[in-house]
Amino acid sequence: MLDDVDRRLLRYLQSDPDEPLSSLAERAGTTLAVASRRLSRMREGGIIRAQEAVIDWAALGYSVEVSLRIALDKTETNAFDQFEAEARKVPEVIELQTFLGRVDVRLSIIARDMQHYQRIYRDKILTLPFIADIEALMHVSRIKANEALPV
Amino acid sequence: MSDWDDTDFAILRMLSQDGRQSSSAIAAELGVSQPSVWRRIARLTEAGVLRGTRIVLDKERLGFGVTVFLGIKLATKGRVSLDDFERAVVSIPEVQTVEHVLGRYDYRLKVVARDIADFERILRRRVMTLPGAGDVEANVLLSEERLLGPL
Repeated sequence: MLDDVDRRLLRYLQSDPDEPLSSLAERAGTTLAVASRRLSRMREGGIIRAQEAVIDWAALGYSVEVSLRIALDKTETNAFDQFEAEARKVPEVIELQTFLGRVDVRLSIIARDMQHYQRIYRDKILTLPFIADIEALMHVSRIKANEALPV
Repeated sequence: MSDWDDTDFAILRMLSQDGRQSSSAIAAELGVSQPSVWRRIARLTEAGVLRGTRIVLDKERLGFGVTVFLGIKLATKGRVSLDDFERAVVSIPEVQTVEHVLGRYDYRLKVVARDIADFERILRRRVMTLPGAGDVEANVLLSEERLLGPL
């Protein structure tokens, strides 16, 4: 479905999404017209789903980030759906993932400082439904974050 | 924190959905002037809040059917081993993100693979052979959403 030109364009686009189209085309070894046509086809076709701004929460004043690994009480039939619906309402939750494994759900929580985190944890997280077990990993630093796919 | 007002947050909200929007499109949507939006984006960028954009691709259609999160505990500690581990782990193409964390594990990795057999190959040949890698826990991702957080 995708040829080498498409893959090269995706590779370079992922490594520098804000690069001007002309230099992207040159790096991918094609013309501006071809690059522009291929990219808009991949955008319309949904291969490229979005281009989102990357927000640095620490620079916005949220210096604490905690990853909460949660096991749910699966004897309740709707545990996943109800837990997710409630977790989405907590404004400090920036990521929500579900898993097959020892962990059922993972939430990324941001807070201004440890006191703020304690408050969120007690008032908004521990009150979420069907939590059987919860474990926290405190974020120290991001070593790699570009999320590029090896296309 | 009080550096930013509701209009700044509204701009961040719009850009985190579509990072390619022009400042005039944002201005029209928010009912403020284009130069004001432009100035605010420049200020957010300068403060490091806006860190460019990221491309979101359709993983499944590009052949990456499996995403796994790994928790890795280092068997040996010390500055040299952290450096060695980090240098080696970032060069694995299937590893999308690497976070240094505190808690049950030392590192959290997001790994993409074509299928479970491909994941096993990456795990055995690339991850288990990382310098210092000890206990590894794998959780297969079922669903994932990024939320707007406190914006």
